[in-house]
Amino acid sequence: MEDRVILRVGAKILIPYILLFALYVQFHGDYGPGGGFQAGVIFASAFILYALIYGLAHARRVLPLELATFCAALGVVIFAGVGIVTLLKGGLFLEYGVLRHDPVHGQHLGILLVELGVFTTVFGSMVAFFYSFAGRRTGRS
Amino acid sequence: MAIVLDILSWAAIAGGLFFMVVGAIGVLRMPDVYTRLHAAGMTDTMGAGLILIGLTFQAGPTLVAVRLMLVWAFLLFTNPISTHALARAALSGGVEPFRVDMEGDKP
Repeated sequence: MEDRVILRVGAKILIPYILLFALYVQFHGDYGPGGGFQAGVIFASAFILYALIYGLAHARRVLPLELATFCAALGVVIFAGVGIVTLLKGGLFLEYGVLRHDPVHGQHLGILLVELGVFTTVFGSMVAFFYSFAGRRTGRS
Repeated sequence: MAIVLDILSWAAIAGGLFFMVVGAIGVLRMPDVYTRLHAAGMTDTMGAGLILIGLTFQAGPTLVAVRLMLVWAFLLFTNPISTHALARAALSGGVEPFRVDMEGDKP
């Protein structure tokens, strides 16, 4: 199975567009279908495709497991941090209106940041799940 | 003009549905993995492609049409690759291709 040229070249062509599509889903989530969760899954699927085709060792060199778990935690920090900032600015927990002077702008910003947190967490945990399951020692090497 | 677009789009969608049905029958009736893959691959490229083209005629010159064409291009890329990967996996897994013995002697 040394000559999987078609798979390698196809993945090499497709992976940038998968990443781009994930970002599109992320930032278009305010206006249409999409959002942090879906974008995170799509972003993670690009790395999972890479790991499937080029092997787990290469994928771990591109995106180490530590970085993935760090992303999973960082997203929660972003999410909760937005809530704490709104608390400090005198609103309720995750009341985005107080983030800016104009409540509409504040809600825009709040949704964007919270979705970014969801995106980071989902991306990190999906990749970490995949690494953990794919890296299990089985009977065959 | 609208009626021409409608006729074109319905023709494309009907053609796509025809290929879908043919592909489904092929998946059910073909004898082994490789011939079934042949039928299934045709379902995606021809069936889904023609349906997407028909929907593009309905969408008109909008951003939706661009997105539909992008989906179509993505399908044209990924479907042959996935069919190829499946066929290779079956071959390296030791699945023998189906053969009709023309000599007539029983195995």
